[in-house]
Order: sequence, then structure tokens, then C-alpha cells
Amino acid sequence: MTNLSMAPVPAPAGRGTEVTTETRPVRALLIGIAVAFLALFLLLPLGAVFVEAFRVGASAYFDAISEPDALAAIRLTLIVAAIAVPTNLVFGLAAAWAIAKFEFRGKSLLNALIDLPFSVSPVIAGLIYVLLFGAQGYLGPYLQSHDIQIVFALPGIVLATIFVTVPFVARELVPLMQEQGTQDEEAALSLGASGWQTFFRVTLPNVRWALLYGVVLCNARAMGEFGAVSVVSGHIRGKTNTMPLHVEILYNEYNFAAAFAVASLLALLALFTLIVKATLEWRYAGQIAASRRH
Amino acid sequence: MAGISGLALKRPSVIPGFGLAFGFALTYLGLIVLIPLGAMVVKAASLGLAGFWDIVTNPRTVAALRLSFVTSLIAAGINAVFGVVIAWVLVRYRFPAKRLLDAFVDLPFALPTAVAGIALTAIYAPNGWIGSWLAPLGIKVAYTPLGILIALVFIGLPFVVRTVQPVLEEFDREIEEAAATLGARRDQTIFRVVLPALIPAILTGFALALARAVGEYGSVIFIAGNIPYVSEIAPLLIVIRLEEFGYAEATAIGTAMLLISFGLLVFVHVVQAWRRRRFGND
Repeated sequence: MTNLSMAPVPAPAGRGTEVTTETRPVRALLIGIAVAFLALFLLLPLGAVFVEAFRVGASAYFDAISEPDALAAIRLTLIVAAIAVPTNLVFGLAAAWAIAKFEFRGKSLLNALIDLPFSVSPVIAGLIYVLLFGAQGYLGPYLQSHDIQIVFALPGIVLATIFVTVPFVARELVPLMQEQGTQDEEAALSLGASGWQTFFRVTLPNVRWALLYGVVLCNARAMGEFGAVSVVSGHIRGKTNTMPLHVEILYNEYNFAAAFAVASLLALLALFTLIVKATLEWRYAGQIAASRRH
Repeated sequence: MAGISGLALKRPSVIPGFGLAFGFALTYLGLIVLIPLGAMVVKAASLGLAGFWDIVTNPRTVAALRLSFVTSLIAAGINAVFGVVIAWVLVRYRFPAKRLLDAFVDLPFALPTAVAGIALTAIYAPNGWIGSWLAPLGIKVAYTPLGILIALVFIGLPFVVRTVQPVLEEFDREIEEAAATLGARRDQTIFRVVLPALIPAILTGFALALARAVGEYGSVIFIAGNIPYVSEIAPLLIVIRLEEFGYAEATAIGTAMLLISFGLLVFVHVVQAWRRRRFGND
């Protein structure tokens, strides 16, 4: 396959020499396969969203994203993210502080538990709250007698969203803060800073880009979550429909152009997320977790 | 645990705030994740083993679980193969728009699943972009298990790429040079020297993609057609049972899926531990 006597192949990226890289045709073939696969599975669906959204014209597009039910869905999505993301941000900081700055029993178990929601189906994330807070649920009779509604209302949607986004901030902070160690904090404390001063003036600035990275990913998932929210929402149009649920309803009514119009807003959010993520990886590679540096 | 003596929970430290941070994190995880999941398992246990088994072995449930697993396994396999090729190309070669493509690999993480679902359906429906080309050939993608497979390949795409990529970046090229010096052909070096070192990462990515695919709902239900016994996935069956107020059925199927996910999680940890033993620390 490899003919070592042929004219030297220009070295590709990295330290590769002709004995540690492939021949030009093999390289071209592999690049072709990778690009074709990514184009087919990623670029094509993304393009389809925007093409379908504008299929019946720009005015229909703007009507679809400005009608009252769509606006209500956008508002609900923003409210849910505005509660779920800061909550998980505080959790991420607390968990990372405990795991990275201290040695304690059960640390690896706590670390593993943080990632648990990623391996649970979103549908199950919704189901467990229905089983707890629904009319037939463990706490259902109590909640009903006190006129508190959780499932099929905002609290249920927020809880399900928090569940599926628990790991995002913590998993960015834990490895980075472990890597950074405790010297900076110990120095601040020995110079007379209080615990909170140390946290806000030393620890937080040290992890700010990783924090932003985690928050952006957390936000994308919080605004885009479908399965978990679908189970607990009750699908009351204009009331408990988030943007992804509104897309589903429009789609099931064969109102494809409107469904894709609302979907295109979510696709723009995804593009924005990818741009911020790539920028952080490129610009602040040294200040986000080791596993994220490309 | 090194450094923690006797009955103490933690090693003494000058840094304050352990109690607050640890207490808050544990309470939060307990209230949001552990107690609700535990409630589901308790409810499943209240069905009794026979009751649980009856529901889980109901033909429609078995068909849904089997469909979810088989399609997820195939999708994770496809992602393992193409994921290694993509990671290889992104790490080793230089070509135009490489950085852009690298950033794009994460699209399935960033794009809401419902959006992916309707977009894939628009492409693969019989009157869709690709579907209309396949229809004359007698190939139906949307509204068949093949459509489910496409959605699961989409959703699992980043996992293998992102687990293999860092390992490949760290891989010492001098080992490849040594292999070449000792007379190995390039293909021998790749298949007998480089790929074996990547196997733990590939397995981890495969298991993560599989776990994600088994539970996936949003991107699948639009393209699946959702015909019982044919193209109805397990998460959808949970939703259907819930809508019929079949809480016992929904709970039993959910618990069965949870047990399977735990199995996969344990598998990932075993592979990671094996990797650390065999290839040293990362």
C-alpha cells in the first residue's frame, strides 16, 4: 500500500513524516468520507430547516414567529431557561468546589452521580415527576388539597428541564478546578481573605471561561429540551408549550412552514451555541477543562 | 482513601466551605435526581416481580424494547466506524474548512431534538430531498425502522469523535515511526499499533452513543411512523401508556430502560478503569 520509495509526500498537520502518514490517495479518500458523512448527516438537516422555513415566503415566516401562540412559547422557553440555567450554575459551582478542593469519602460516587441524568432517557425524566407530583402520584392528593399544580404547569416544566441539564456546568468545572489545585485559594486565605472573598476574587475568575462554556451548553439544552418537557407539559397551547413543543404541534397540524419557521429560531440558537463554544475552545483553550482542548 | 484517617468524612483542609458546598450539592442531587428516580423504582417494585415481568414481556413492550436496542446498536456501530474516520481526519490531516467542520461535529448536541426530527423527516420523506430519489428505487426511509436508524446516527455522531479525538492527539508518533523502522507497512502500523490503543476510547464512545440512542425520543418520533410492533420505540411506548393513564406499564418500561442504562454506565466505567491500567493515566 505505502510505497516508501516514491517522491516525498508533503507532511500534513503535526509532526508527521512520510512514514507516519498515509499516501495522498488514502488521505483524500478518508477526508472525502468524513466530509461526505458530516455533510449528509449534519449540514443537510440544518439547511433543510431554513429552506423549509422560507418555502412559502418571508412574510409567512415572520407571521409564524410573531403570532400570539408562538410568542407565548418563546416567552415560556426563556422563562424556563432563566430559572433552570442559574440553578444548575449554582449547583455546578457547589459540586465542583466540594469535589475539586477537598478529599472526602464517596467523592468518586458523587462525581459519577452528577453525570447520571445524561444516561437517563428524557422521557423517564418527565415520567418520574408525573409519578411524584401527578394526580395519581405519591404527592398528588396533598398537592391537590392545597391547590398546588406542578405537573402540566410551569414548575413541572422547570423541574424536568433542570433534571436533564444538571451535569452541564459541573462537568466543565470539576476537571478544570481539580487541575488548578488549591494553591491559589490557600495563598489568598493565608493573606487574610475570607472564604467568600477567596471564592469570588480567586476561584471564580480562574474558572470564568469554563463557566461560560458550561452555561452556554446548559442553555442550549434547556431551551431545546423536548422529551422530558413533553411528558410534563400537558400541551396547553399558548400556556404550557415551549418552543420545541410548539414546533411539534404545528408540524402535526401539517402547518410545515410555520413549524420550520419556529424551528429555525432554535436552529439559530444552536448555531450561536456552536460559535461561542468553538470560540472559547480556540481563544481560551488553556482556561477550560483539559478534555475540551482540541 | 489515602489521607483520610479513621471515621472522618474528609481530610482536614484550610479551605472553608466544604460543609456548605457538599451539603448543597448532595441535597440538590437528592431532590432533583435521586429521590424522583428512586420513587419510580419503588413504584415498579410495588408491582411485584410477577407483575413487572408480565408488563415487560408483553409482546408490544418486547417489540418496542427490541426495536430500540437493535436500531441503537446498529447506529452506535455506524458511529463507531465513521467517528474514528472523522476523528482521524480532524487530528491528522490539514484541509480547507477543517476548523469549521470540527466545530460542526457538535451540532447534534446543540440542535434541539425536535428540530432535528422534523428536518430529517423533510429530507427522507417519500416527497423529500433524498426520499424522492430513493422512492423510485423502492427504498423507504421515513416512517420505517430505517428512518429511526438515520435519526439515531445523527444523535450519536459526536460521541465517538469526541472520545477518540483527544486520545489520538496525545498518541505518540514516535511509536509509529518505530513500527515503520522495524519494517511494518503503514496499514500494519495503523491496524496493529494505533487502532488497538484507540479501542478503549472507541468502546466508551460507542457505549455513550448507545445509551443516548436507546433513550432518544424527540428526533425519532417524527421520522419513525410509530406503528406498534414495527416502528414504535420504547420511550414512545412510555408516553403512550402515560397518556392512557397506564402508570404501572409506564413505570415498568421506564425501570427496565433505567436498568439497561445502568448496565451501560457500569460498562463505561469498567472500560475506563481497564484503559487506565493498560495504557496509563490520561
